[in-house]
Amino acid sequence: MRKSDRFFLFISTAALLLGIVLAHAHFFGRHDLPAFQTVCNLARSLEITDLCLATEAIYTRHPSQADWHIPFQAHPTSLEHFPTGATIRPPDTWRNKNVD
Amino acid sequence: MWIEKQRHILDFTLSSLARRKGKNLALIAVYVLTVSILGSVMFYSAAMKREAALLLKDTPEIVVQRTVAGRHDLMPVSYGQEIVKIRGVGTVKGRLWGYYYDPTVKANYTFMVPEGLSLTEEEIIVGRGLARVRQLSKGSRLWCTTHDRKNVPFRVFDILAPESELISADLILISEPGFRKLFGISGQYATDLTVKVRNPKEILTIVAKIRQILPDSRPITREEILRTYDAVFDWRGGLVLLALAGAVLAFLIFAWDKAGGLSAEERREIGILKAIGWETGDVLQMKFWEGLTISLSSFLIGTLLAYLHIFFTSAALLSPVIKGWSVIYPDFRLTPFVSGVQLATLFFFTVIPYTVATIVPAWRAATIDPDTVMRT
Amino acid sequence: MIELKDITKVFNAGRLNEVVAVAGVSLSLEAGQVTVFKGPSGSGKTTLLGLIGCMARPTAGRIMLGDREITSLPERFLTAIRRQTFGFIFQQFNLLKGITVLENIMLPAYPTGESYAALKARAMELLELFNLENKAAAPVEWLSGGETQRVAIARALINQPAIIIADEPTAHLDTRLSREFMEIMRQFRAAGKTVFIASHDPIVYDSDAVNRVVDMRDGQVIVSRAA
Repeated sequence: MRKSDRFFLFISTAALLLGIVLAHAHFFGRHDLPAFQTVCNLARSLEITDLCLATEAIYTRHPSQADWHIPFQAHPTSLEHFPTGATIRPPDTWRNKNVD
Repeated sequence: MWIEKQRHILDFTLSSLARRKGKNLALIAVYVLTVSILGSVMFYSAAMKREAALLLKDTPEIVVQRTVAGRHDLMPVSYGQEIVKIRGVGTVKGRLWGYYYDPTVKANYTFMVPEGLSLTEEEIIVGRGLARVRQLSKGSRLWCTTHDRKNVPFRVFDILAPESELISADLILISEPGFRKLFGISGQYATDLTVKVRNPKEILTIVAKIRQILPDSRPITREEILRTYDAVFDWRGGLVLLALAGAVLAFLIFAWDKAGGLSAEERREIGILKAIGWETGDVLQMKFWEGLTISLSSFLIGTLLAYLHIFFTSAALLSPVIKGWSVIYPDFRLTPFVSGVQLATLFFFTVIPYTVATIVPAWRAATIDPDTVMRT
Repeated sequence: MIELKDITKVFNAGRLNEVVAVAGVSLSLEAGQVTVFKGPSGSGKTTLLGLIGCMARPTAGRIMLGDREITSLPERFLTAIRRQTFGFIFQQFNLLKGITVLENIMLPAYPTGESYAALKARAMELLELFNLENKAAAPVEWLSGGETQRVAIARALINQPAIIIADEPTAHLDTRLSREFMEIMRQFRAAGKTVFIASHDPIVYDSDAVNRVVDMRDGQVIVSRAA
């Protein structure tokens, strides 16, 4: 088999796999599956406002409820929590134009 | 015929690349790594953004906090009675929730009093993440220390469903009397208030009114909550930017290496090709294939790996970064979400720069006169 | 068949290292003959061959290939003509390292887009002609001097050119291989091909395969005689 044929075969296979993967995303990425609905219902009944991603500090546990002061309240030397503090900023709700 | 010519040129390009197998395989390996990191971060952020938006879409329209000296303080229940008088407001409820630090496992829990669930004072429902960390099952006991240093045993009545870990991993649902006894909060206070508004268009006016009648209040709208998560997972956010910067840096290094011009050996070979009958255009096509074979292969493999990493292993390598030092981390399967835009961006940032960086420096060498080979 | 009219080639014109490689050469070269351009290094014979073979343009003068003037053609046409009409054998052979013998031979024909099967068949035929068919898949570094020479010649033939141009082909060969080379050139002539060789090797210009010798010195033709 020519080298170029082998290359095309490789690329086609890889592209096919990528296509399969995208199909997977399409079919399993639907948010009307029952499992997801159960979670949505729970979120609604408990009035959940935040995802539970990092529980170490107030502003990483409930970022939407936190304000500018909180990161610096969490530690005596006002260090922010790393690395979550670097990835989860306190929300910039005060920059919201709707706030007067 | 043009296709056949391209296949010939590709044949030669591959033979040429195979001469330095080790170096080129290493190059592809690094390239694949870069693409998969970039892809991972991209897929993760986009999927999480979507997940957050969908899970939190029924969050209360307005949450009202009270601030004293700039800090979040307890909310007098009487404030709620003022708010309910505002026109357009539906129901106003006091919410009870708070944090509890457990020194035995150095973990933070979130205690919450749920609506409509009747639990006895000692019954609790715990999230699965917490149950894992404390090895709890139905009927287990969980000892907590109250605000006045008394030790109180709670009994696990139920454990929340595993699919819900993303919102409930550290939750402890407790009765109102149990909550108030644990934290010492009197019946006059709540943690905050949730406000239901009948007409969504009136939310902003109501927010303004609330601020007016209760100057020390801080209302948070549903839109702000959702926007928080958009911002957290935005590509301009810390994590994504870091990975993007790293990837761009890696490519700059690749391009720098290539743009340094061709080695004497490479130039000589191009001279030979021209002498035996290749045109400038043919040489450039060869360089194009050289760039494309490596970058396209790396792009496809890297993207595949990124997808498998994020959606099949639940971002196994990325999660320690997100988790930070938290003890409780939700065990959840992210719902797959890949858009054409993501793939296009990935392609644009990886395949095109490298291919261009391979062709452009070769331009000069490709235009040399064929007879130079004879003159050396 | 090939007319050179007052050909001049100057390198680095107007600069300090200006070199007049060929000065006002006019020649008529017949087809189907073996012509040797003889002279010391710097005599301009290599440059002249390059000009004849459409590798470079002369600074002044005209070259006629048959009844076509090639000096004013754009690069694309020039390259196409060069590919179809000429086959080159270089002094250093200049095979590409790390590539197989077969691919080296097929390389000059790649840009034509001819079918792979046809190209491969022709290349194998050429290898058989030179008794090298069992070396087709070998990397060129494995070949002996004589084998490399024959592969270089085979490569020059892949596009079935009418004219062979060889620049100092025996410079790195011993007597036996040099004579062998001239024998192959004789066979080309017998097959109707035209051969131009630049050389200062007596084995080449004294060979009875040669029809004509053109003496050159300092970019000019001194003597042009039948061999």
